[in-house]
Amino acid sequence: MRWLWVLMLLLPSLATAYEAQPLAANPQAEARLKALAVELRCLVCQNQTLADSNAPLAEDLRREVREMIAKDMTDKEIIDFLVSRYGDFVLYRPPWKLTTTLLWVGPFLLLGVGATGLVFALRRRQKKVTDVILSEAEHSRVMKLLSERANRP
Amino acid sequence: MIPEIGHYALILALCVAVVQGSLPIYGAAVGNSALMAVAKPAARGQFLLVLLAFCCLGYAFAEKDFSVLYVAATSNSQLPLQYRLAAIWGAHEGSLLLWMFILSIWMVAVSFFSTHLPEAMRARILGVMGLVSVGFLLFMLTVSNPFERLIPAALDGRDLNPLLQDPGMVIHPPMLYMGYVGFSVAFAFAIAALLGGNLDAAWARWSRPWTTVAWCFLTVGVAMGSGWAYYELGWGGWWFWDPVENASFMPWLAGTALMHSLAVTDKRGGFKAWSVLLAIMAFSLSLLGTFLVRSGVLTSVHAFATDPKRGLFILVFLAVVIGGSLVLYAWRAPRVGLGGGFAIISREGMLLANNVLLIAALGSVLLGTLYPLFLDALDLGKISVGPPYFDTVFLPLMTPAIFLMGIGPLAQWKQASLPALAIRLRWAFGVSLVTAVAVPWLMGQWTPLISLGLLLAFWILATILVDLRERLLQAEGGSIGGRVVALPHAYWGMVLAHCGVAVFILGVTMVKGFEVERDVRMNVGETATLGGYSFRFDGTQQVNGPNYVAARGTFHVSRDGHEVTMMYPEKRRYFVQNQTMTEAAISPGLLRDLYVSLGEPIEGGAWSVRLYHKPFIDWIWGGCLVMALGGVLAVSDRRYRLAWRRKEAAVPAATQMARPTVS
Repeated sequence: MRWLWVLMLLLPSLATAYEAQPLAANPQAEARLKALAVELRCLVCQNQTLADSNAPLAEDLRREVREMIAKDMTDKEIIDFLVSRYGDFVLYRPPWKLTTTLLWVGPFLLLGVGATGLVFALRRRQKKVTDVILSEAEHSRVMKLLSERANRP
Repeated sequence: MIPEIGHYALILALCVAVVQGSLPIYGAAVGNSALMAVAKPAARGQFLLVLLAFCCLGYAFAEKDFSVLYVAATSNSQLPLQYRLAAIWGAHEGSLLLWMFILSIWMVAVSFFSTHLPEAMRARILGVMGLVSVGFLLFMLTVSNPFERLIPAALDGRDLNPLLQDPGMVIHPPMLYMGYVGFSVAFAFAIAALLGGNLDAAWARWSRPWTTVAWCFLTVGVAMGSGWAYYELGWGGWWFWDPVENASFMPWLAGTALMHSLAVTDKRGGFKAWSVLLAIMAFSLSLLGTFLVRSGVLTSVHAFATDPKRGLFILVFLAVVIGGSLVLYAWRAPRVGLGGGFAIISREGMLLANNVLLIAALGSVLLGTLYPLFLDALDLGKISVGPPYFDTVFLPLMTPAIFLMGIGPLAQWKQASLPALAIRLRWAFGVSLVTAVAVPWLMGQWTPLISLGLLLAFWILATILVDLRERLLQAEGGSIGGRVVALPHAYWGMVLAHCGVAVFILGVTMVKGFEVERDVRMNVGETATLGGYSFRFDGTQQVNGPNYVAARGTFHVSRDGHEVTMMYPEKRRYFVQNQTMTEAAISPGLLRDLYVSLGEPIEGGAWSVRLYHKPFIDWIWGGCLVMALGGVLAVSDRRYRLAWRRKEAAVPAATQMARPTVS
């Protein structure tokens, strides 16, 4: 019942409730900050984006980015500045460089190699299988052993 | 005294494991059934010994025995009992003991449910599992002993990391490990078949249920980890592509590929070598995952190098297991028969193509997880690989896989015709395409990604409906009910699991596309509106927990003037490690979650508050659960139960005798 009391006490205040203010003074700048911060790493955290982190250092860095946004720097300028200060480590999207080529190309290379290998292997297999109709006896023996239909009265 | 008993039990378990890993395998090679018969009692004895060790460690935690180094490092006298017990797997040494314990559970399970297997096969399987446990027990006893003493004893413990003090900690790691370690059974089946040279359809049928059960546990385990991160970390995300998450996701991908490949081996006798390779891969990735998470190599390559004993052991162990099995594979696999022939456009071909896509996706996760470590170790600079990378790479690889997932079950074995498939599926495609474009447009926010996600989900559902309709029309059994029953459980399991994938994709798409968040500064009595709900902040009060003190906020949530719920997010400070934790308040719902998390106090009782409205987010975990249920249903299929019931004697002696000579 207690919540009812609380409710009744609070009901009058509903009419005069104030709308909470956004934390950020400038919502547009905040949206830009957010878009940037999800791609940046909080440098002191285990593995957290700048947008998510509550660490004091992340708070400082967000403030700095806010200031840079206020100074009308472009996203690229801001990121270049951060990279010059903290290195590539700050970027969650690794830049395309000589050392990261394999990282970006690797998965698709793997897919390409896999797909080509698959087609070749299947072609070769088709030829072989027509030549050797092997283990058919063994196959049927296994089937007979295991298949429920074979044992069904 | 008790910890010493545990330690001694581990030493005895090692002795038993050595016996289990050698005599039965040798016995199977020379055809000595007395030696082969050692496997069963050895597996059971080992289970009892590891159980004893596990209980001893649990007892040390329950009794707050801070003269045990591991207990002192991961618990505290103020820590509630359930978390003290969960602290058994709270750090490196104990989670290895949990790993070992679960391995012994799987061994016992194999020893009980393998009466229908030929004796040599069973001896080899248990022998291989024994060898794996030799590695783990040696590791624990040499460099990672959970029973190591701390003399003089600590006055009090350093406490469990507050992040881990959560009901999720009690259940998530055991679930995950049941999955990880479960793949050791599939691995043991594969190695046993390679050793015996009897890699046939029967092998696939025997190892299928084990693989599926392990996969179910892993699915639930990964989903629970994700759900736990969602409510415990306090910033509303559910998957971060963190190396620890990736470590559990990679075996899942390999296991998914393995399940599908085994289906072909079982039904059509094909893909044998590939199935074996996948089984080796799934277990290797489980090992890699365990060690990645538990060795500290992720925090820093250099921290790993400062204590090289463990690292070296791990690397050598991984090299022996993976290298050894690959050598065996290279030696034996070429002799494996090919099975039935099939065209490239056929169900086999599509399953194989899907396997290639899954493995490429797995490769991208592996690359993204290990790449920063390698660069750092080679001194080529420090980089971070995070969600932007994985989203960019993973999506284009998985999209065709999901697309094929819709077609595969409808394609005929052996040879399918693309034009015929196109005709059968044109309505499914049309309907899902139109719905996928129209729904986000009607909801007032259209982006290509939302439509793509919806298209994939609807495509799966629509193709399942087409398939179901065709099968029910063809099935025998008279009435609709009779026809439903006539279709095998394995088929319904597949349908359910594929539906789970659709539900999962729906959840992900809706959350990514339509979630709203607000960061507000709230004075007492102020209201913030979000997604049609208004949240009124009624201030905070101090709450004392067993080992923390919290500021608990009260939020009154209403919609159109009607009260919906009250929410109580907390900001906790844990005494021992003096660490602040955010406990978000979540109001879950089928169609949306409300999520409130307290930021920092501002002057005058005001707080910075983060509010989220997350549509359909519970579908993400719901989808995983449905997938796992599909797996359970598939395992309950009649032919497996028949196989369990069949006595050993039912396997003709001729086949047993023939086995060693086949190779």
